[in-house]
Amino acid sequence: MTPLLTTKGLSRDFGGLRAVDNVDFTLMPGEIRAVIGPNGAGKTTFVSLLSGRIRPSGGMIVFDGADITELPEYARVRKGIAYTFQITSIYANLSVYANVALPAQLTQRHGHSPSAVQGAVMDALERVGLADQAAMLAGQLSYGHQRLLEVAMGLALKPRLLILDEPTQGLADSEIDNFIALVREIAASATVLLIEHNMPVVMQLADRITVFNMGSILAEGTPEAVRQNAAVQEAYLGSAP
Amino acid sequence: MSEASPVKAYALHAGVIAFLFVLSFVLPAYYHGLLARILVLAVFAMGYNMLFGYVGLLSLGHAMFFSVGLYGAGLAVIHLGWSVPLAFLGGIACGAALAVVIGLLALRTTGVAFMIVTMMFAQVFYLVILYFASWTGGDQGMVVPQPARVLTFGATSLDLTDPTVRYMTALVLFSVVLLITLAIVRSRYGRVLVAIRENEERTRMLGYNTFSNKLAAIVVSGAICAASGAAYALLFGYVGSSFASVQYSILPLLWVLLGGAATTLGPLIGTLFMYYVTDVTSAYTSAYLLIVGIALIALVLFFPKGILGSLRQRWLGWLP
Repeated sequence: MTPLLTTKGLSRDFGGLRAVDNVDFTLMPGEIRAVIGPNGAGKTTFVSLLSGRIRPSGGMIVFDGADITELPEYARVRKGIAYTFQITSIYANLSVYANVALPAQLTQRHGHSPSAVQGAVMDALERVGLADQAAMLAGQLSYGHQRLLEVAMGLALKPRLLILDEPTQGLADSEIDNFIALVREIAASATVLLIEHNMPVVMQLADRITVFNMGSILAEGTPEAVRQNAAVQEAYLGSAP
Repeated sequence: MSEASPVKAYALHAGVIAFLFVLSFVLPAYYHGLLARILVLAVFAMGYNMLFGYVGLLSLGHAMFFSVGLYGAGLAVIHLGWSVPLAFLGGIACGAALAVVIGLLALRTTGVAFMIVTMMFAQVFYLVILYFASWTGGDQGMVVPQPARVLTFGATSLDLTDPTVRYMTALVLFSVVLLITLAIVRSRYGRVLVAIRENEERTRMLGYNTFSNKLAAIVVSGAICAASGAAYALLFGYVGSSFASVQYSILPLLWVLLGGAATTLGPLIGTLFMYYVTDVTSAYTSAYLLIVGIALIALVLFFPKGILGSLRQRWLGWLP
């Protein structure tokens, strides 16, 4: 099977700091991959390089067999890479419906009837359970619901790769359970790359885990293998007393 | 909610156009002439609103788009002997072409820098008009001769200096631009423009090339403002450099803020309001600008979103 996404020697410097250092990374279609690591390990910078929000200082990114290193972010989105923000970035002054209509109308380009967009919007909202709140202003949603709206906007893009940057941050425990179910459901139709600090969520969801430390990949493998890895325990979970 | 009551919105706009049509037969001569002028300037305000209201780009240089239409049409009639429709289209083409150039340069900046850059380009345009005084008439301006301001369709001809023809021509232009604005605002493209205003980075991350969308908005805005300027030259017969001065960059901003940014009818309301307040108060006192200023401050205090913007926020959520 050919990988969905690979990076070769991917690097990014901020001044003298090398935030992402020569990363070779491979993601297979259909998997749920978690990226973990201590604060400042370069996780967000790494996925920002994948989504195109920031440009690499070196290396290359291949998506679905094509070199996308030079593509601007909007073109990558159109190729199927959707990114949901770590800090909720919705259109607070627009309705929940309008928030999702924007990505939906992109994928419904050929179904020119307004009902095609409407169907896609309501479909995405139903999947995250926000269909009842479609008419509300997005800024009036609770924080947890705003996180879900972020995901709905990503879903409406019908992505092949959905990048979720700390999606459960600030969610209540009950919301997290629903969220895990939602990600499993999304993974049926898309590859999911997940940055997550909440270890129970990572252990339940991920097929494989990539551990970042100091800008490079420290370890990679199944949840069980990563849990047993001594270097990971030292760098991330803390060394044994 | 989604496609909020399109019927209501279209009925309202048709009603406004019908009302303006009826007014032509009711108004006394002075107000009839004034309203024709206001309708043309409201088109200018609508063009400005396209960019400022919907995309959130505050330009301080839109006088150049109005006056490039004004001079484009006026000088084509005066020097080249072009017919009215050709000169009108020429004016619009000048506006669109200028907007492409200005857009490509000015869109490299945002916020305050965008305001300053647009203002500088407008000042350059103003000075160019003064510099080429032998063609433009310099600060004196030029009069578009009355015989040239006639629309001929085969055997019939319409004299644009006739008050009724002038009013109706202004109304047709106003109505067409109003309906174009309404259609754009309700379209998928309009949704992208508003999204850029609200959160440009998010919009890029949803797959939209925000630069090209903003450039298109500047071109539409510039073309509409140029159409207003071209109509002004042909209907009122005067082409003057004062229309390129910074005052005419500030005025559309005030009109739009007064009427309500990002409302389709706000530009008309704002232009109307400013003109009538100025008109009424100047009849009583020479310090009328003071009263206009106080009225503006009161509006900003009590209706910060403009007249229609506040109405929409409080009662009429469906207003486009």
